[in-house]
Amino acid sequence: MTTLDLVMALVVGGLFAAGFYLLLDRSLMRVLLGVIVLGHAANLLLLLTGGPPGMPPVVAEGDDTERYADPLPQAMALTAIVITFGITTLLLALVHRAWQLDGHDEVRDDVEDRRIGTVEDREESGPPLPTDRDHEPGGGSGR
Amino acid sequence: MTAWLLVAPMLLPVLAAGVSFTLSGSRPAQQLLGVVVLTLVLADSVALLVMAERDGPTAATLGGWPAPLGITLLADRLSALLLMVSVAVALAVLVFSIGQGFADSGRSSPFAFHPAYLLLTGGICLAYLAGDLFNLFVAFEMMLTSSYVLITLGAGSGRIRAGMTYTITSLASSLLFLTTIALCYAATGTVNLADLSRKMEDVPGGLVSALSVLLLVVFGIKAAAVPLHFWLPDSYPTAPAPITAVFAALLTKVGVYAMVRTQTLLFPREETWTLLAVAAILTLLLGVLGAVAQDDINRLLSFVLVSHIGFMLFGLALFDVPGLTGTVLYTVHHIAVQAGLFLVAGIVVRLAGTASLKRLARSAPPPPVVAGLFLIPALSLAGIPPTSGFVAKFVLLQAGGEHGGAVPALIAAALVTSLLTLYAMARLWRAVFSAGPERPPPSRYPGNVLILGAAAGIVLTGVGIAVGAGELGRISERAAHDLLERDGYREAVLGEEAG
Repeated sequence: MTTLDLVMALVVGGLFAAGFYLLLDRSLMRVLLGVIVLGHAANLLLLLTGGPPGMPPVVAEGDDTERYADPLPQAMALTAIVITFGITTLLLALVHRAWQLDGHDEVRDDVEDRRIGTVEDREESGPPLPTDRDHEPGGGSGR
Repeated sequence: MTAWLLVAPMLLPVLAAGVSFTLSGSRPAQQLLGVVVLTLVLADSVALLVMAERDGPTAATLGGWPAPLGITLLADRLSALLLMVSVAVALAVLVFSIGQGFADSGRSSPFAFHPAYLLLTGGICLAYLAGDLFNLFVAFEMMLTSSYVLITLGAGSGRIRAGMTYTITSLASSLLFLTTIALCYAATGTVNLADLSRKMEDVPGGLVSALSVLLLVVFGIKAAAVPLHFWLPDSYPTAPAPITAVFAALLTKVGVYAMVRTQTLLFPREETWTLLAVAAILTLLLGVLGAVAQDDINRLLSFVLVSHIGFMLFGLALFDVPGLTGTVLYTVHHIAVQAGLFLVAGIVVRLAGTASLKRLARSAPPPPVVAGLFLIPALSLAGIPPTSGFVAKFVLLQAGGEHGGAVPALIAAALVTSLLTLYAMARLWRAVFSAGPERPPPSRYPGNVLILGAAAGIVLTGVGIAVGAGELGRISERAAHDLLERDGYREAVLGEEAG
C-alpha cells in the first residue's frame, strides 16, 4: 500500500473537480480543456502511485535499492500521456471543424431533444412552426 | 509458436494499417489487404479457440519480462470464442463496405477508412487477449481512437455533432479507467489481472468494493448500460451503415467482455449481485421502451441494442456458472444478429433514401430477399424459437429460475423486453416490408452482390449459432466454469506455484 501526502491528494482532487466542471460546459473549447485537465489529473495520480517524489527510477548496481521510485507507473504514465496527446489533437481538429461548419463551437441539441422541444413550442404558441415536419433521416445513413 | 498465435490478431491488423496508409493511392490494393489480413486473423482465432478448448487458458509474455511485470496476452475459451465471432463479423462488414464502395463508385470512401478499420480490429483483438489492466486500457484506446476517426469520416455537420458526443463520453470513461488503474496499482502494486486476482484478497473490503464499482462504471459506459447509455442512440445512427454495424456489434460487446473478465477474476462473489441486477432491469426496460418510441430505423435499432445489453448483464448479475453461460451465449448470438440487422437497415435506407419509418411506409418496399434477410435476425432478437436468440434467452431464464431476491423481477423484465422487442420489430416490418394498396410494388435490387452476400453471411452466421447451439452451449459452459474457477487463468499466467 502506498501512502499519499495530503497536498498531492488535494491537487489531484482539485484537477478532477476542475476537469469535470469544464467537461459539463456547452462550449467545445472548454470541454477540450476539461479533457486535458482530467488527463493531467489521471496521469498525476498514476505517477503518485510510484512512491514519494524526488527518487530516481533507475539505480546503478550496488546502490541502495530502498531509495528508488517504482519505474512501472512512470512507464504507464508516459504511455497515457502519449495517448491523451494524440486524442487532444484529434479533438482540436473536430472542434475546428465544428467551428468551420457552424461558425461557433457550442454543443448542439440532440435530435430527440429538438423534437420534444418543438412539441412544447407548438403547445405554447399555437400555430405550427416551420420546423414541424418529419425530422431529418438519421444523418447520411449509408447513402 | 503459441506466442506468435497470440500476438498475430493484434499485430497483423496494426502492421497492415500502416501498409494500408501507404497504399492510399490505390483503393483495390487497400481492400485486398484488408480482406486478406482479416481472413488470416480469423484463421488464427479459430486455431486459438481449438487450442484453448484442448489445453485450457494459454498465455504468452512479451518483451522478455516475466509475468507480473511484462505484457501478458492470454487466450482462454471465452476470449478465443468472442475473438473468432468478432473477427468473422468484422470481415463480413468489411466486405459489405467494399461492396458499398463499388456501388457508389462516384463517391469513393475517404482513404482513411481502411487503415482506421484495421486499427479498430486490432484494438478489439487486443482487448480480448489482454492479460493486464493497462494493456486493456491501451487496447480500448486503440479501438476508440480509430472509432473516433470512423464516426467522423466525411465530417459533415451532423457527424461532427454526434461524433463529439461519442468522443467526449468515451474519453471521460477512458480517463476514469486510467484513474482506476492508478488506484488498483496503488492498492496492490500490480496491474496484471492474474496477479491482481491474488493480491486483491488482501485489500480491505471497502476499497475492493470501490474499485469494483469504478470498473463497473467504466465498462458500463463503454457497454452502454442504463443509466450510462445516453451517448449511444444519439451517435451510432449518424455513421455510415457498415460502421454503425461494426460499432453496434463489437464495441459494446468488448465493454461487456471487459466487465465480465474483470468482475469475475478480481471481485468474486458468492451470491447474486443486486446492484447489477437492478442496472440490468433498467437497461432491459428503458432501452426497449426507447425503441418503441422511435421513428428512425437506425435509432430504433440502437435502442434495441441498449436494451439487449441488459440480457448480458443479467447473466453476470447471477454470478454462477449457468448465468455466465447465458451471458457468453447471448453475447456471441448478439454480435451476429445486431450486425446483420444494422447491415440490412443500411440496405433499406440505401434503397429508399430515407431512414424515417413514416416515409419508408410510403415508399416502395425493398425486394423480398432483403425482407428475408431482415426477418431471421429480427425474430432471433425477439427470441422466437428455433433461432439463436431463443436458445440464449432460454439458457438465461433457466439460470435465473434457481434464484430468489431481485432475480424474479429480472426474469419478468426480460420477458417483457422480449415481447416489446417483438413489437418493435413488427412495427419495423409493417413500415418497411409489408405491401399495401397505397404502396408502389417492391423495388428490384439494383445494388452490389457483395453487399447482399456480406449481409447474408452474417445472417447465416446467426443461423449457424442456432444450429450449433448444443456444442456452443457446452463451450460456453466450460468458459463460464473457467471464469469462476480462477486457478486455470492464474496458473497459465504465473506458472504452477501460483494456483
